[in-house]
Amino acid sequence: MTYFFNTPQQQKEMCDAIGIQDVDELFSQIPAEIRLAEDLQLPAAMGELELTQHMTNLAARNYAAGQKICFLGAGSYDHFIPAAVDAIASRGEFYTSYTPYQPEVSQGNLQATFEYQSLICQLTGMEVSNASLYDGGSAVAEAVLMCLSATRRYSKVVAVGSVHPEYRQTTATYLQNLETELVTVPTPEGTVAPEQVAAVVDDTTACVLIQHPNFFGCLEEVEAIAQIAHDQGALLVQSFDPISLGLLKRPADLGADVAVAEGQSLGTPMQFGGPYLGILACREKFVRRMPGRIVGQTEDRRGRCCWVLTLQTREQHIRREKATSNICTNQGLFALRASVYLALMGPKGLSDTATLSMQKAHYAADCLWNTSRLGSAFARPFFKEFVVRDGNGQVQQLLNAASRQGILAGVSLGKWFPELSDCFLVTVTEKRTKSEIDQLATCLGSVNTPSEILHA
Amino acid sequence: MRNRLATKLLFELSQPDREGSRLPACDVPEQNIEDMLPTSAFATSPPELPELSEPDVVRHYTNLSTLNMSVDTHFYPLGSCTMKYNPKRNERLAALPGFSELHPFQPEETIQGMLQLLHELQQMLAEISGLPAVSLQPAAGAHGELTALMVAAAYFRDNNQRRTKVLAPDSAHGTNPASAAMAGFETIAIKSLPSGYVDMRDLHNKLDDQVGVLMITNPNTLGLFESEIGQIVNAVHERGGLVYLDGANMNAILGMTRPGDFGADMMHFNPHKTFSGPHGGGGPGAGPICVVDFLQPYLPVPNVVHDQDLYRLDFDRPKSIGQVRSFFGNVGVLVRAYAYIRTHGPDGLKQVAQNAVLNANYVLSRVRHILPVPQGNRCMHEFVATASQLKNDKGISAMDIAKRLLDFGFHAPTVYFPTTVAESMMIEPTETESRTTLDAFAETLFRITDEPSELLHEAPHSTWISRPNEVQAARHPVTRWKPAG
Repeated sequence: MTYFFNTPQQQKEMCDAIGIQDVDELFSQIPAEIRLAEDLQLPAAMGELELTQHMTNLAARNYAAGQKICFLGAGSYDHFIPAAVDAIASRGEFYTSYTPYQPEVSQGNLQATFEYQSLICQLTGMEVSNASLYDGGSAVAEAVLMCLSATRRYSKVVAVGSVHPEYRQTTATYLQNLETELVTVPTPEGTVAPEQVAAVVDDTTACVLIQHPNFFGCLEEVEAIAQIAHDQGALLVQSFDPISLGLLKRPADLGADVAVAEGQSLGTPMQFGGPYLGILACREKFVRRMPGRIVGQTEDRRGRCCWVLTLQTREQHIRREKATSNICTNQGLFALRASVYLALMGPKGLSDTATLSMQKAHYAADCLWNTSRLGSAFARPFFKEFVVRDGNGQVQQLLNAASRQGILAGVSLGKWFPELSDCFLVTVTEKRTKSEIDQLATCLGSVNTPSEILHA
Repeated sequence: MRNRLATKLLFELSQPDREGSRLPACDVPEQNIEDMLPTSAFATSPPELPELSEPDVVRHYTNLSTLNMSVDTHFYPLGSCTMKYNPKRNERLAALPGFSELHPFQPEETIQGMLQLLHELQQMLAEISGLPAVSLQPAAGAHGELTALMVAAAYFRDNNQRRTKVLAPDSAHGTNPASAAMAGFETIAIKSLPSGYVDMRDLHNKLDDQVGVLMITNPNTLGLFESEIGQIVNAVHERGGLVYLDGANMNAILGMTRPGDFGADMMHFNPHKTFSGPHGGGGPGAGPICVVDFLQPYLPVPNVVHDQDLYRLDFDRPKSIGQVRSFFGNVGVLVRAYAYIRTHGPDGLKQVAQNAVLNANYVLSRVRHILPVPQGNRCMHEFVATASQLKNDKGISAMDIAKRLLDFGFHAPTVYFPTTVAESMMIEPTETESRTTLDAFAETLFRITDEPSELLHEAPHSTWISRPNEVQAARHPVTRWKPAG
């Protein structure tokens, strides 16, 4: 069969060497009454050619972002990925290796992770980064758990309502079996009013969770919120967009204690939501409370600089139920992709990516405001995403009609925000051209009667 | 032959004004950026990233890659991690734009092929596990454990039962107790007998009406199938508890027996192990979970359903615990798992288990005279040998052997886990290794254990670095490069 080496003759010889009649004898450990009597009810095996045809057909029943014009964002972004990212990540020495338990034969991965941690620190202004977590949502939840133990305040966490709804949902899931209350401050104007945060933060609050730019693309007053949190002895967790740091102030400079992000924008394909990259960086004083792997520098016996997994006494394989988290891997391959991406981009490339995205998003917004039925939901400064209100209140029909015309025009918001059921979120990256944005405006401007759309 | 220049740190290679990318000119009418955002929002200087050209970056990382051992290049018998061959077809198929370039919030009509694949995978995992309800959402095995324990907690809460404890054998992966703590349970360890099996007397002593879940790995971390699994499961069920199967070792039993058939109520798969998703230098994995019918209402949302010839995402589960991460799941890993299962079919999956178990027993039979296996001379897909005798007689530790193996081009087994065996070496050859490789590995172990102990204490000798000072790394943590000054 496909990936087995040993021929029936060799198997026989191996059985002889072991001293058994046949392979089945080895399974006598399994009590007979629970042995599977029949074959699994699964489709028959396929050779590579058949499988390739089958899966190519399945893939052809999807519209890749490249086949439609993609204005979807909301945490997963269609930013450009340079070829060198794929080339490096496709090296078997990277993608078929594992956690560097044997540092002597893992210096490639260890150095790459050390560089990743360093790049994240440079990007965020934080003093330490871990080797990465699963994704943005679970990174936010882990950051919140970390703040509970760092402050020894287990009763309350305050989340701003403009944080990605799935990040807040994930955090709520993580907290539902603990004694911690999650208080959400609503953001009807698109951003949070600092005094509303101040009204709920008290000396039992472990942390305030904010996103900047927020889920709606708007900028928050992070420094003011950080001050409110710190005045009560609470910590500030900021979820950020790594691309935005080509232009915007770093989380550490805004007063965040823990910076978390979805790192997918940094060279990882959208692949329907995962695997992605959870970024988590913080102030030095919290390093021993961090979840996840951390790589540190040291010397070998000959005095040569090298890298190892370190501070492992935080981790589950040593500390078991007292560990800072149950996580036992990182997202090594995607941390690698992020590093290669950032190394290729450099300061100028990241700034240019951020600037182009912002310019194009603002151009797109101006075009959409010129249509009769669409308007801005929030009069707030925004980065690369903005919320559009459909005057006809027919968001789903509008988006469906656009999709049929080859445009993925936006993400409808009613699912998470009932009060925004007439709104959708439009995202513009550096990949969108003027012509594509003009097509978006023309398309959305031309489907303007609900009855037409319903029968389209 | 290390290229010392190219493998300097990225930051040391940086040269002012080098560019590894060039973005297009802005093709929309430009506005003054200060008109778009308040001045106070902007950083005062560009991000402090290294400046490198594309050839700099490619040569740097290509050279770094050569400092790794990997499955593509080396035998990697790392017990418990199932480092099997990662088929190249899976990589190519997962990279098809029709899978890799899908946005998670695309309209369902535009992702019918993706949803069909995921729906079929849900059904295939249900069949392989014998547990009918599936969530593909968890991002890793440990994440699957946590998710399932949250599901159990929600079930007990919904049924007005207060159950605060999780039991797990002392030989369990550290993730088991850590996951239990995160889900709000207290963990109590169950002793293992010297034979490696669960101590039934200790289990009965610790079972009470407060126990919510027993977590068990079967085959266990010693590579043994818990032959009293029926009695274990019955004992837990009689007290109203649930049984969680840690699916880390599914490679040994694919198509031979099913967790649902031996009484598990919940389990996770590690598709990156069992179904050959590459390990990526430490991730990504995935951790789909399968549960019995009565736990289905509590699973995370969404899952994929098929009705009226359409596949769609179902969020309508009022009792669901919610999401445990953003978006659908680690789809890229799941697509590879799908390709792997379809490549093998029912017969092929059974042969995976047969060959994995045959290979492990073959290595065991060849090396046990120098590295005895306290738990007996038969195993499933892996076994735990001990270097205790060698340590007593010659001063050679499991660590020494592990390090010396690297010199001969073999990745080391897992050492010092499980902790229930002294000087343990956990060896898992997997089904994708040939007898030739296994013989060479065994003969290398013979040779190493005959070598002078001083030579072994200093091993490895041929790798780029010698043993690193891990104490120094932890005592004075340096976790990042810092700019001078």
